[in-house]
Amino acid sequence: MEIPEQIKKKLTLPAEEHFYAGHTACQGCGASLGLRYVLKAYGRKTIFAIPACCSTIIAGAWPYNTLGANLFHTAFETTGAVLGGIEAALKARGIKVKGEDGVMVVGWAGDGGTADIGLQALSGFLERGHDAVYIMYDNEAYMNTGIQRSGSTPYGAWTTNTPGGKRHFLEKRHKKKVIDIVIAHQIPYAATASVAYPEDFIRKLKTAQKTPGPSFIQLFAPCPTGWRSPTDKSIEIARLAVQTAYFPLFEYKDGKYRINMPNPKKEPKPIEEFLKYQGRFKYMTKEDIQILQEWVNREWERLKKLAEVFG
Amino acid sequence: MEYKPIRKVVSGNYAAAYAVKHARVQVVAAYPITPQTSIIEKIAEFIANGEVENLQYVPVESEHSAMAATIGASATGARAFTATSAQGLALMHEMLHWASGARLPIVMVDVNRAMAPPWSVWDDQTDSLAQRDTGWMQFYAENNQEVYDGVLMAFKIAETVNVPAMVVESAFILSHTYDVVEMIPQELVDEFLPLRKPLYDLADFEREPFSVGALATPADYYEFRYKLAKAHEEAKEVIRKVGQEFGERFGRDYSQMIETYRTEDADFVFMGMGSLMGTVKQAVDLLREEGYKVGAAKVRWFRPFPKEELYELARNVDGIAVLDRNYSFGMEGILFTEAKGALYNTDAKPLMKNYIVGLGGRDFTVNDVRKIAENMKAIIEKGELDVEVEWYHLKR
Repeated sequence: MEIPEQIKKKLTLPAEEHFYAGHTACQGCGASLGLRYVLKAYGRKTIFAIPACCSTIIAGAWPYNTLGANLFHTAFETTGAVLGGIEAALKARGIKVKGEDGVMVVGWAGDGGTADIGLQALSGFLERGHDAVYIMYDNEAYMNTGIQRSGSTPYGAWTTNTPGGKRHFLEKRHKKKVIDIVIAHQIPYAATASVAYPEDFIRKLKTAQKTPGPSFIQLFAPCPTGWRSPTDKSIEIARLAVQTAYFPLFEYKDGKYRINMPNPKKEPKPIEEFLKYQGRFKYMTKEDIQILQEWVNREWERLKKLAEVFG
Repeated sequence: MEYKPIRKVVSGNYAAAYAVKHARVQVVAAYPITPQTSIIEKIAEFIANGEVENLQYVPVESEHSAMAATIGASATGARAFTATSAQGLALMHEMLHWASGARLPIVMVDVNRAMAPPWSVWDDQTDSLAQRDTGWMQFYAENNQEVYDGVLMAFKIAETVNVPAMVVESAFILSHTYDVVEMIPQELVDEFLPLRKPLYDLADFEREPFSVGALATPADYYEFRYKLAKAHEEAKEVIRKVGQEFGERFGRDYSQMIETYRTEDADFVFMGMGSLMGTVKQAVDLLREEGYKVGAAKVRWFRPFPKEELYELARNVDGIAVLDRNYSFGMEGILFTEAKGALYNTDAKPLMKNYIVGLGGRDFTVNDVRKIAENMKAIIEKGELDVEVEWYHLKR
């Protein structure tokens, strides 16, 4: 569909669509939105490496491909390693990588494939300094296998292997801070992003494109199926995750931290706001919510301190 | 250009590294493991000294990632190589399926080493044979020359049929033992092995966006497997042709997938793979002097398995002593199972006995071959086996 010029001028996102109709994501899927934005930012000259995850399905079964880019489906734990191989091959062949006119090599992996089984390959990828972008779309559990906990699952969340039940058994560990592990590798650019703030996400994708070396973006991507939330609430939930400072938006560039909150002067909303539409948290008691709130407060203070000292 | 070989005294591992250099490999992703390490060290040295152009070396954090990175590189159109051994190969196992399933002509050297526990760094074929069903071709080198030649041929064969290939050499017996290797001048290697033409290329942005390795439903998966099976069948012809071409160009003929040695009038033959067959050939010469009518049959390519050549061999002998430097628990030596199975529906029914030899690097000598010959002679005269599988070296 041709977009009229006057509308185009008002768009804050690139008008081009490279994510095709007919993809097989669930209603309200955050990951599919994320893919759409990545393709808007990078376009056709992109090579994706996607491990076993929901996006294997979203991109379509053989012979279909709903992404308007070349895509290599790879094994669960190998995203980082495959990116390294693709980048090395491009360089050996004298093909420009990254930058405005270079080929974008993009890893697109869920939290399980990143925080857990793929962590080693991610670490190797970051440490070796490949010119590629690794995007972890974080839906806080193994959704493709039917909602089991990952290292990125938050405190208190119901999953099928950390169920809430009569004896009130909950996930007792806080969310793994993958971004901190990434930053410990001293790479040039790392950031958090959210599907509720696509302009911010695309700006970060563009920064990654311009920055030589490995970049990492942790994208908050709601999963209504796994979060037991209404399919029309995904964006609102993602926005509340930021507004409550449960998932604050920030960047780490060349050793400096910068917080990019939509309303920087506003105090974060209470964590209940983030929890309210999500069935996965319904087993939490007041005490549990308090424990989660304290974790959010502590981490938020820590981030502010980092931005203050290393801003 | 007339072929004048360049003679170098090198280890098996260095022979592999030189072959990688001469094949103009573009990406090497590898992880260190004994006794493979000196292959990748030598390659790194070539880069450090500016002896190779356009070779990207990716020092990955595990063998699993080594194969994954090699796969990424190969899918992006590069000629890609890695090397490993034993536990490292086992760690790669999952990705070996990925390479063959995605039809990527990767070449890998596996330095045959025993699996732990107990820890062992010495020769044993169980590591590579455990990868039998991954869809990789497997070439077993007898000596350093065959390591060098094997890598060059493997690239050509793999890139013709789009199936990955493993070149296998023995731990220490070849990997760290120096021998004269005749190397081929670069220009002639280039003629023999031109630039790779990939089946697909992730860096091709002219065609419609495409995906590789996607989910295939039961409606399609079956055909993918069939195509890979067909490619292995076609590979046999390609292997023979490339082996013949290699012989015509460079004087060493590899057109036989099973190399036969003095088998024409043999009563029985020793069959096996890899470095132990050098010992066997030497023993055959001595045994011939002693009046034994024996020969050797060296299985060069274990996958695809040369059924036809085995049949030709088996129909003309009374017995085959299958020497396995490996063992499949709950069964017998792996080559023995394969060879027996391949002959079952034929009229060739020699007496076949399995000798398990040299596991974990135990020496296998000419004298051992003589003892096996005595035993084989006795059972052939009697017309029946004493035991089907004998653990030859066992301390009792």
